[in-house]
Amino acid sequence: MSDQERTFKSIVADQLSHNMKQYAMFIALLAVWVLFTILTNGTFLTSRNITNLFLQASHIAILAVGMVLVIVAGHIDLSVGSLMGFIGAIAAVLQVNFGWPTLPVILVAMAVGVLIGLWQGYWVAYRGIPAFIVTLAGMTIFRGGIIAVTQGATIAPLQESFRAIGQGYLPRILNPEARTGFHEVSAVLAGLFILAYVIRQIANRRKRVQYGFDVLPARIEALRITLVGVLIAAFFGTLVFYRGIPWVVVVILALTLFYSFLTQNTVFGRQVYALGGNKEAARLSGINIRRRTLMIFVSMGFLSAVAGIVFTARLNAASAQAGTLVELDTIAATIIGGTSTLGGVGTVFGAIIGALLMASVNNGMSLMNLSSDVQMIVRGAILLLAVWFDIASRRSQN
Amino acid sequence: MSDDYILEMRDITKTFPGVRALDNVNFRVRRGEIHALVGENGAGKSTLMKVLSGLYPAGSYEGEIVVDGETMSFAGIRQSEAAGIAVIYQELALVSLMNVAENIFLGNEITSGAAIDWAKSYARASELLAQVHLDVNPRVPVQKLGIGAQQLVEIAKALFKNARILVLDEPTAALNESESENLLNIIRKLRDDGVTCIYISHKLEEVKSIADSITVLRDGKTIETRHPSEGEEVTEAQIISMMVGRELTERFPRVEHTAGETVLEVRDWTVYDPERADRKVIDNISFDVRKGEILGIAGLMGAGRTELAMSIFGAYGARRSGTVTLEGKKLTINEPSDAIETGISYVTEDRKEKGLVLNMDIIKNSTLASHFRVASNGVLNKLEEILEAREYTTQLQVKMSSLEQITRNLSGGNQQKVVLSKWLMTKPKVLLLDEPTRGIDVGAKFEIYNIMNRLVEEGVGIVMISSELPEIVGITDRILVMQEGRLVGSQDWREATQESIMHMATGGR
Ligand SMILES: Nc1ncnc2c1ncn2[C@@H]1O[C@H](COP(=O)(O)OP(=O)(O)OP(=O)(O)O)[C@@H](O)[C@H]1O
Ligand SMILES: [Mg+2]
Repeated sequence: MSDQERTFKSIVADQLSHNMKQYAMFIALLAVWVLFTILTNGTFLTSRNITNLFLQASHIAILAVGMVLVIVAGHIDLSVGSLMGFIGAIAAVLQVNFGWPTLPVILVAMAVGVLIGLWQGYWVAYRGIPAFIVTLAGMTIFRGGIIAVTQGATIAPLQESFRAIGQGYLPRILNPEARTGFHEVSAVLAGLFILAYVIRQIANRRKRVQYGFDVLPARIEALRITLVGVLIAAFFGTLVFYRGIPWVVVVILALTLFYSFLTQNTVFGRQVYALGGNKEAARLSGINIRRRTLMIFVSMGFLSAVAGIVFTARLNAASAQAGTLVELDTIAATIIGGTSTLGGVGTVFGAIIGALLMASVNNGMSLMNLSSDVQMIVRGAILLLAVWFDIASRRSQN
Repeated sequence: MSDDYILEMRDITKTFPGVRALDNVNFRVRRGEIHALVGENGAGKSTLMKVLSGLYPAGSYEGEIVVDGETMSFAGIRQSEAAGIAVIYQELALVSLMNVAENIFLGNEITSGAAIDWAKSYARASELLAQVHLDVNPRVPVQKLGIGAQQLVEIAKALFKNARILVLDEPTAALNESESENLLNIIRKLRDDGVTCIYISHKLEEVKSIADSITVLRDGKTIETRHPSEGEEVTEAQIISMMVGRELTERFPRVEHTAGETVLEVRDWTVYDPERADRKVIDNISFDVRKGEILGIAGLMGAGRTELAMSIFGAYGARRSGTVTLEGKKLTINEPSDAIETGISYVTEDRKEKGLVLNMDIIKNSTLASHFRVASNGVLNKLEEILEAREYTTQLQVKMSSLEQITRNLSGGNQQKVVLSKWLMTKPKVLLLDEPTRGIDVGAKFEIYNIMNRLVEEGVGIVMISSELPEIVGITDRILVMQEGRLVGSQDWREATQESIMHMATGGR
């Protein structure tokens, strides 16, 4: 018995020490939540605020998903904040000033995002200009673009259907009139999601055993799956017992699943990680570096458009300031989520957690009524800390 | 006198997750000797030296390190350096854009006040360079030097730190014969000046000629230490059998190949330097490769052999002229992917810089050039990947803790085998091998020759670039010799000798 106990402990300790980075980001998130809960006398942890928090994290999460690919490939994109604002402004102007319906507005916004991605990707991939210069230029160009499009004015209000993307919730079926309280559609969805997660984990484990790979002892694996399941349940629970799952969360879940698949199961994803890890080896293995690089920026442009739509919809307005400093939140989120500044390493899921952390910090500071100077200093410091942690932990590994 | 040990490593055990890299290793080095440390790939040689240098700090291993009778516990490289231990690693650690003197003094700059005293630095650098018989200006950037000279700069750097124990991990792996000979002479001289050397190499001829003592490691255990300097007899065959644990009767499995039709035809191939448009790196070369033969390409370092292979593969040269024909079809190869698709593969000479994605595991590295085989519609079939990776790494007997091991953590030789797996997986018609056995142990070399023979049997045409003349003479069917970007000779293996090839490669000088 005591022998078994010891191996159990040592295995858990081993797991903890080998996945230090992953746990570190959860611990950081938890610490931030505890801190703000105390500092705001509990306001932070109310259902209402947590739901708000998820909404506020949405544009960072969407951008961070794309930023993972960019940074894994060894590049950076400083223009995402401005681009997001720019596309949001175009969308708002089309709808408010020209009266376009929501669907064509969304399609045009996405097309603009893709085109701008092609433009920036072309300079990086085919003209060999460092990405940070191309996107630094882009950051200024698009900020100028916003002012040109909006004429410096705030463009509002948007149509109901457009706003729903950023602030709407899944519909209720049993009690369509209620605003808050148990949301059965969301509950069913959440249940299905957790079920899918558990089944997938078990299937994965079976496969690994079948191929003869290491697996955790069954007991510990069960514990791990249960823990994660409970976490997911807690996440959805806060939503389910308030106003239900917001549409943005559905969008983010879909993007996360799609991009996780892209990064882990497709040739494209594999090649991006390879070229980020060793460009020369990737080139000599027949990987078309330029085309991959171009596609990474196209994806970033597309996601900037999605983020722009969501952001504008939530605020129900576009303004000249929209998206300021969002590139900082995005890059910090990506790196907190375990993407290495040295390239070649990073996960989409981690970036989502990172986005949640950055949004929590912003949300908590706003709840505390901290002035914007303090807020900016804190955000900048977090980025610096995150990168330092990344570099220090990688150095100690080698 | 002979029991005067400058260094004793006692019962060293070092484990990594899933591997016991060192298992109660005992290693004793006498003062002022050259002590060779040999063993198969993954035997634990480099790991033992990393323990010694404090790169793996005290506490991360078990056992004792005693230097000059004093028990040491190094927390890092600084401490081991202070104790007079300098390690020159398999992969050189020079800053290529800095000049020779800056590299020698990096981290230990000679200063007067707060500023670096350049006059003194350059004077001292010249002295140190003279000590290693390197005749270069200390103001030359390191990247302008060949690998042999860079190696000597590393040694000069170690001497400046007053190294009493100098460890060289496979220093001659990337050197040609004459550079190696030069290096060995310098090591002998250093010994005469009182520096103790620990010398790791897979080249047993060298080991035999230079070592006063030889310690053999196998699977992380000390097998034996012998002392040729005391007249103890040690033959290469004995070392090999201690290393691999069995007899290995021949070094080169010579098989009679019957060459078939021509598979690759290169005509009037001229390639210009991408940096200096008027300079020809490859000058009007024509040759054929036939199905089922091994064509060797010999030449000195800088003769243009790598550039020849890389340019055919589409990975080198801005301006090229001439034609490459594969199985009668004229090819237009602009990118490596074009070459791989048509059936030409190129195994790079430098596994870390150009071969592997070090932070990826063995599976992902081995399928990196074969995505078209293990994916459909752009989606990877992971089971297929695992099966392919397993097949090739088993064939090549890669020593690993699991297929999911990160390639950075593999020993040098096993890394090379993973690179080979990657290229064999592309199932090429023509396989260009650039120094394929560099840094690989005798047993594994033998395996690789067997695999080459088998591929040739299956009708693959192989081109092997190698600086190891015994290998060129021992395994190829036909040998081309290059010098300064031109083809200067060709010989059948039956008439070729190491001397005849050297003669052509040096232009009869
Ligand atoms: N950081 C690490 N993590 C896990 N395993 C490691 C690590 N470093 C080395 N190993 C393993 O330890 C063993 C010994 O490796 P080492 O590099 O010492 O071999 P070597 O004798 O120097 O081989 P070579 O001649 O190929 O250079 C190998 O099996 C290797 O895979
Ligand atoms: Mg080694």
